Amino acid sequence: MDKRAAFRSWWLPSLFALPQIILILLFFYWPAVAVLRWAFTLEPPFGGAAEFVGLANFQEVFADPLYWNSVGVSLAFALCGTVATIFIGLVLALAVDRQLPGSAPFRFLYILPYAIAGPAAGMAFRFILSPERGLMASVNAAFPDFWNPAKYGSHALILVIVVFAWKWAGYTFIFLLAGLQSVPRSLIEAAAMDGSGPIRRAVDIQIPMLAPTLFFLLVIMMTEGFVGADTYGIVARTTDGGPNHGTDVMVYRIVEEAFRGLNYSGASAQSLVLIGLIMIFTFLQFRFIERQVHYK
Amino acid sequence: MRISVTTSIFIGLMAGVALGPSAAAAEKTKFEFWYGLSGDLGERVQDACKKFNDSQSEFEIVCTSQNGYDATLQNTIAAYRAKKQPAITQIYDAGTLDMMLSGAFVPARKLMADNGYTIDWNNYFGGIANYYATAKGELNSFPFNSSTAMFYYNVDAFQKAGIDFKPDTWEQVEQAARKLKAAGYECPLAFNFDTWQLMEQFSAIHNQPLATKANGYNGLDAELVVNKTKFVDHVKFFKKMADEKLFVVKTKQLGMDLVPAFTSQTCQMIQTSIADHGTIGKSLPEGVKWDVAMLPVWNGTERQNSLVGGASLWVLAGRPEAEYKGAAAFLNFLATPEMTEWWSTVTGYIPVTKTGFDAMKSNGFYDKAPYKGRELAIESLSFTPTSENTRGIRLGGFTQIRKEFATALEAIFMQNADVQAELDNAVGRSNAVLRRFEKTYAGQTLN
Repeated sequence: MDKRAAFRSWWLPSLFALPQIILILLFFYWPAVAVLRWAFTLEPPFGGAAEFVGLANFQEVFADPLYWNSVGVSLAFALCGTVATIFIGLVLALAVDRQLPGSAPFRFLYILPYAIAGPAAGMAFRFILSPERGLMASVNAAFPDFWNPAKYGSHALILVIVVFAWKWAGYTFIFLLAGLQSVPRSLIEAAAMDGSGPIRRAVDIQIPMLAPTLFFLLVIMMTEGFVGADTYGIVARTTDGGPNHGTDVMVYRIVEEAFRGLNYSGASAQSLVLIGLIMIFTFLQFRFIERQVHYK
Repeated sequence: MRISVTTSIFIGLMAGVALGPSAAAAEKTKFEFWYGLSGDLGERVQDACKKFNDSQSEFEIVCTSQNGYDATLQNTIAAYRAKKQPAITQIYDAGTLDMMLSGAFVPARKLMADNGYTIDWNNYFGGIANYYATAKGELNSFPFNSSTAMFYYNVDAFQKAGIDFKPDTWEQVEQAARKLKAAGYECPLAFNFDTWQLMEQFSAIHNQPLATKANGYNGLDAELVVNKTKFVDHVKFFKKMADEKLFVVKTKQLGMDLVPAFTSQTCQMIQTSIADHGTIGKSLPEGVKWDVAMLPVWNGTERQNSLVGGASLWVLAGRPEAEYKGAAAFLNFLATPEMTEWWSTVTGYIPVTKTGFDAMKSNGFYDKAPYKGRELAIESLSFTPTSENTRGIRLGGFTQIRKEFATALEAIFMQNADVQAELDNAVGRSNAVLRRFEKTYAGQTLN
């Protein structure tokens, strides 16, 4: 008996796969081909004769100091965002995993922000963390200019990272909680009987056993930070890339370039560079970090 | 041949419809209209569509808001590329050149002539029509919701601070700001980094160019020169006032934009669109006295007409012939004096035709309390015949250019960056946008 195939003929499974294949072709490959073509031509917004320009679009992108600024901003945003979401998710997961009384509803509460769209979250935080109104107004009254994301690029970057972390911490929390719950209870109990406290147990037993989950989240969150739809939405609604390009992340720049600037060609070239960067990151993560995370 | 019961009923019905007396009347030509206005203004557009549909039985216009001017332009482009474009679309001032070179529209005059309407194009205010016309004065699109920037001030605050003049010049604005500050007002004048009032309108009324080649009308090879005009001194003046805390930055990022800053009486003077006249009147508490004036000029300036803002209606190419009949009928309907007056009353936008304006003036519209002052917008727009610098702005990628300057102003006012260096930088970046635009449309000429 053939163990591998549950289907006798090729056409039935193909038929089942067809809707998915059509969707992928339509929403992934077709736009990808358009982006490839536009990156090497000068595409008029309304269509018509597009002129082949070779690598000129890329040269233009790389010659722009603001492009390199956006690469740096994106890196800072994705790195800090990843660390923040995983750290907060881990703290929450460890807390809930300890089965303190009343911790059950928190599982629900912690995941809730994930259900809120990035732009909406950004909008809310713009008011909550507005320097003139909101939570920080009283701090600013005592220490003028202590917090002003409309003035300082670094504050604005913190602001968008806070929104990102607030939104995504619940997502990492779910994975980390599931990971923690698969750590054998007996191990924890044995350690507890040996007299190690909760922090010791977390550092020596739970976190090492979470390594594959942490690695998975690292890859996911880095990618999300770089190319996620939320990243654009949060930046667009919170800081508009400002002040003075302080939060001008790569995806924001691409969308602005394409739709505000109607420069489809330049935006396509930037997209290709971004995709290349993501591939390099993912490769490096698998090459150098994944090896460390296996345990027996 | 067997014919099933359902089929025979179906055939019978079809025959009935085809032969029935109401057949012709039931066949209305449907066509689409996309617009960018949203909220209250968007609902007024819906009202206009309904009025048109009720007025005749031949056509049916289907009006859809795209929520925002940028989105309307983007969606129009996407739809055009997919050959699913609406018959009419509303495009804001900054998208004018993109539309003109697109080859994707039917010029206004041609549409009306082809469909048997005679429109007196001279009836449009020159300052409005020229923005949307070719260099020869041929209208490409229909001026629809037109505005210009105005100066709003809180009369109560002025009285309390002992200011007994109307701020006609920037010298007077400074004087008023100092008196307001002395009287305890924390924010005498609010401003943001929207270049429309601060840069574009300022340059026009002071007869200063934004760009060479008559602000782009005479060729795609225009270059920005706004870093070498009176505008630089104007920004320096604003910077000085901001440093003395007489002028205060109010933006969405800081938690309060211009109009709310004025209507909450936080700030006593602002420059904003005449389209906000209605909102301001409705939002300020009952009894607060406020007024509106033309934008101030510097002492010794010969004031020129200001630039029109808002949007115009473009008829897109590639639709079935029947839809153009409907589109022409709709645009003709909007241009009637009654509709012009109605639209201007319910929105705050100004009438775009001279007869519309005259009708409103003669029936006393502008003498009544909530509308008083709106006539100054027309006075501002038609203050002088248009010059090279005040005809309009015909620059490609202008949305992007506005953003470059907004960023420069943000750096100047929020981060103490050097005025000249930032403006030079914005001009350099904007010129790169213009050069790319020129290359994209290589071989095409402005008409």
